[in-house]
Amino acid sequence: MSSNSIASNRWMSEKMDGFDLSPNSNSDNEEEGVHVLAVDDSLVDRKVIERLLKISSCKVTAVDSGWRALKLLGLLDEEDKSSSSSSSSSAGFDVLKVDLIITDYCMPGMTGYELLKKIKESTTFREIPVVIMSSENVVARIDRCLEEGAEDFIVKPVKLSDVKRIRDYMASREVRSVQNQEERSSSNINKRKLQECFDLSLSSSPPSISSSSLSYPSRSPSLTPSPPSLFSSSAPCSPSSLDSPTRRLKMTGFD
Amino acid sequence: MSRLLAILFHQGVLDEQFLQLQQLQDESSPNFVSEVVTIYFHESEKLLRNLRGLLLDREFSDYKKMGIHLNQFMGSSSSIGAKRVRNVCVAFRAASEQNNRAGCLRALELLEHEYCYLKNKLHELFQMEQQRVLAAGVRYPLHQQH
Repeated sequence: MSSNSIASNRWMSEKMDGFDLSPNSNSDNEEEGVHVLAVDDSLVDRKVIERLLKISSCKVTAVDSGWRALKLLGLLDEEDKSSSSSSSSSAGFDVLKVDLIITDYCMPGMTGYELLKKIKESTTFREIPVVIMSSENVVARIDRCLEEGAEDFIVKPVKLSDVKRIRDYMASREVRSVQNQEERSSSNINKRKLQECFDLSLSSSPPSISSSSLSYPSRSPSLTPSPPSLFSSSAPCSPSSLDSPTRRLKMTGFD
Repeated sequence: MSRLLAILFHQGVLDEQFLQLQQLQDESSPNFVSEVVTIYFHESEKLLRNLRGLLLDREFSDYKKMGIHLNQFMGSSSSIGAKRVRNVCVAFRAASEQNNRAGCLRALELLEHEYCYLKNKLHELFQMEQQRVLAAGVRYPLHQQH
């Protein structure tokens, strides 16, 4: 039970201490306080994604580049990358606490893919789900992002149904996190649950799955993409939609 | 849906993403659509100027840069539902990928035309909306003034 779901742990403890690092535009609904960091170089797209998220009861911080995102997360001057174990270890400035990062793929300077890699390389932030947005529906690009650990891939233009799917995923993720925390004291039930989840997507059961990891480990390359199906945004809980290539729904409410 | 909007849909000038934007507008953000569209206008005009500047330069050869501008234009157009403008960008980008200067020039002309049409119609739409709101206000004999 090591560095499991640091984001959720921080969220829980911060809730209890009443200590909130994130910009608080919606202080009434603490339970719905999913804080999203949105990264997009287009001002138009930033406005739209910001509004989509706010109307879905999320707090939003929108930035225009991967560098700015890393800076806000405190990942830029990373001398303490390996030793940092909490969000406030970066001395000096306020580090943003986020629950989800959603980023455009095509950006000047640092692409969304590069940003994704940097986040997944960080011990502090690798548990935070990252969603990639792109105006191009290129399967190779989608695959690459998912293999690097992206939770989902959205083809632009982003719609309310996309954000709702993400929102539902975050809600179920929090529920699972709370449940797992309660169960951890007992036994291997957790291990078994995760095992069942992974059996849906992986053919063989990987014995080395850390039972404490709630994020999906690097996916087995044996996942075969199903034939392109018309994207359906109305079935967020369908367990078989893992392979939809246009949307690559990892965020299905299977459990 | 107003008649003008229906016409714009029918012409393929706008698509359902525009409707999506309208759904994001409410009391807490009553001018959302016009705000986003205004930003889109500013960005688009800058991009058009850049594209024109690049193409009309006699020693022009930076198709890659043009492609970047076009990608931006395509992206923002699709985000507000400006379907026809976006489609012209796609054709423009194809010409640019073939280093086809004449094709690019034609595409630019068409793009400017489509963009102008879109801008005029959206202005019309917003004006109509404003008048509608004002007219609705007049119906209620309240003394409150905003």
